[in-house]
Amino acid sequence: MQLRYLTWPLLAVGLLALLAVPFFPQVVYIVFVMKALCFVLFACAFNLLLGHTGILSFGHAAFFGTGAYVTGHLVKTYGLPTELGILAGGLVAALLGAVIGALAIRRSGIYLAMITLAMSQLVFFFFLQAPFAGAEDGLQRIPRGTFLGVLDLNNDTALYYVVVGIVGGGLWVVWRTVNSPFGHVLRAIREHEPRAISLGYPVARYKVLVFSLSAGLSGIAGSLKAIIFQLAALYDVHWHTSGDVILMTLLGGMNTVFGPAVGAAIVAALNHYLDPFGAWVTVIIGVVFMACVLTFRQGVVGELSRLLNRRRIAPLRQPAGRRTRAHH
Amino acid sequence: MDVFGIPIQALMGQLMLGIVNGSFYAVMSLGLAIIFGVLKIVNFAHGAFFMLGAFTAFLLAQHLGANYWTTLLVAPLAVALFGMLFEWLFLRRLYGLDPIYGLLLTFSLVLVLEGGFRVAFGSSGQPFATPEALQGAINLGFMYLPVYRGFVIVAALLICLVTWFVIERTALGASLRAATERAELTQAFGINVPRLVTLTYGVGVGLAGFAGVLAAPIFHVNPSMGSSLVIIIFAVVVIGGLGSIMGAIVTGLGLGVVEGFTRVFYSEFSSTIVFLVMVLVLLLRPAGLFGREEG
Repeated sequence: MQLRYLTWPLLAVGLLALLAVPFFPQVVYIVFVMKALCFVLFACAFNLLLGHTGILSFGHAAFFGTGAYVTGHLVKTYGLPTELGILAGGLVAALLGAVIGALAIRRSGIYLAMITLAMSQLVFFFFLQAPFAGAEDGLQRIPRGTFLGVLDLNNDTALYYVVVGIVGGGLWVVWRTVNSPFGHVLRAIREHEPRAISLGYPVARYKVLVFSLSAGLSGIAGSLKAIIFQLAALYDVHWHTSGDVILMTLLGGMNTVFGPAVGAAIVAALNHYLDPFGAWVTVIIGVVFMACVLTFRQGVVGELSRLLNRRRIAPLRQPAGRRTRAHH
Repeated sequence: MDVFGIPIQALMGQLMLGIVNGSFYAVMSLGLAIIFGVLKIVNFAHGAFFMLGAFTAFLLAQHLGANYWTTLLVAPLAVALFGMLFEWLFLRRLYGLDPIYGLLLTFSLVLVLEGGFRVAFGSSGQPFATPEALQGAINLGFMYLPVYRGFVIVAALLICLVTWFVIERTALGASLRAATERAELTQAFGINVPRLVTLTYGVGVGLAGFAGVLAAPIFHVNPSMGSSLVIIIFAVVVIGGLGSIMGAIVTGLGLGVVEGFTRVFYSEFSSTIVFLVMVLVLLLRPAGLFGREEG
């Protein structure tokens, strides 16, 4: 049994469960599920770079946070309709992604990771000092508004279905990208960059494009977060958030399309349910991260599909011990 | 006397502050460069080891009544030992994999260490007294130099020079450089490379611990004192390139000075100037100032 054949049934069950969430408030807290969904989109968008192109960005919080701040500011100060605010958040993040991406890809491997981290710190200081961003307080009491002028988003259930819809749309974009000719070129770059260049692909342009796409979707995730919590804060642009999204992706499985979604759900749940332990959460997350890097680098979904594969055709196929190809 | 409308005392004061910061940058990026040279791993936990050094000194002084000079010797050694244990237990398992995993493992160590210290000591800073012998200031004629700051600059430069000397001019350094170039061949000559690697990691993080003790009286000792520093160090390293020891030292000092001047003339940019310089270098000289092409 390959996990591939289970994908659609699992997706259907997952979707049904998601749609049912508002009817069982005693089982699961709806705002928590919305937050988890934001991180699902964030992690899957991030994995376009890490898993599918072999680029480790250590600064994705910059895009997530920019989305949150831009949407928050536009909706709060200029009264922009919520849906346009979210769109603008995604667009600005995508633009920023193109700029940072174009700079970062001048180096590769761990240097690229360090550059993105430094650039995100630059963005962090921008939001710390910009007069509109409210410094340590962030943007508070961002109005949720209405969706398309009809649906009142102050109602948690209405907002929930809008979030499910937008995150679903974002995931569809990720899935289409991965399975398009564009996505195949990205994998070619990951596996063997010099060969992709010699085949005539403008590799730099591809990298900037996927960077921008990943940043844009991350920005939308951040925008949604700002609307849900009515708050855009410095933590959204902090390097901790960049680390979180890496952990989510790694934990779920970076060589899969929706593995990061599973990882995001796990990390969000850890953060949510361990919250009473205060500062211990960071320690626990760190230990999980460590275990993940040391022992199961394929992630939960990756290891699972390896187990399922092995049962049937173990002698034929080596479990794909693939790792990101980073040329440095 | 004014320079560009800025009183010379203020200018010199900021310049001195810049050199102090630059000394920290130099010691930190030196450690990072040594570790990278041999292990091919970017040690994200470098800032956490810096913090560990400061906290070890603080705890030694607080609970054992150790004087400053003892802590300056003992704390870096303790940090080095802890680092070697970490390398021996965990980091070792990742050699031969993509270097990204080393970055991620050391990042997870940051979360554990910072989180752990936050649980134990809270987020706010612990004051750390300047040693009595180094209190006060000397009048240099054009400015007052606090003795401790002067001491930090001298101590940092001294440890940089000693490290440079050991690596470039001694037999141990020669084997180290050999292991950097061709690990397997060095092993074939009968040098215990794995032990050398552990030792290198110990020295690298020990340097970070040393910088931490030096910084303790200047900054408040707190769990997150290292993480904002390590990001600046990364930018320094991107600017200078991880290839050369001297490059790391010179770039670190230079950027500290640039930062100091920025604080005088355009203080809004003082916390971001290093990153802006990095952008400029990436545009003009992508391989870094002292960088060989990465291989």
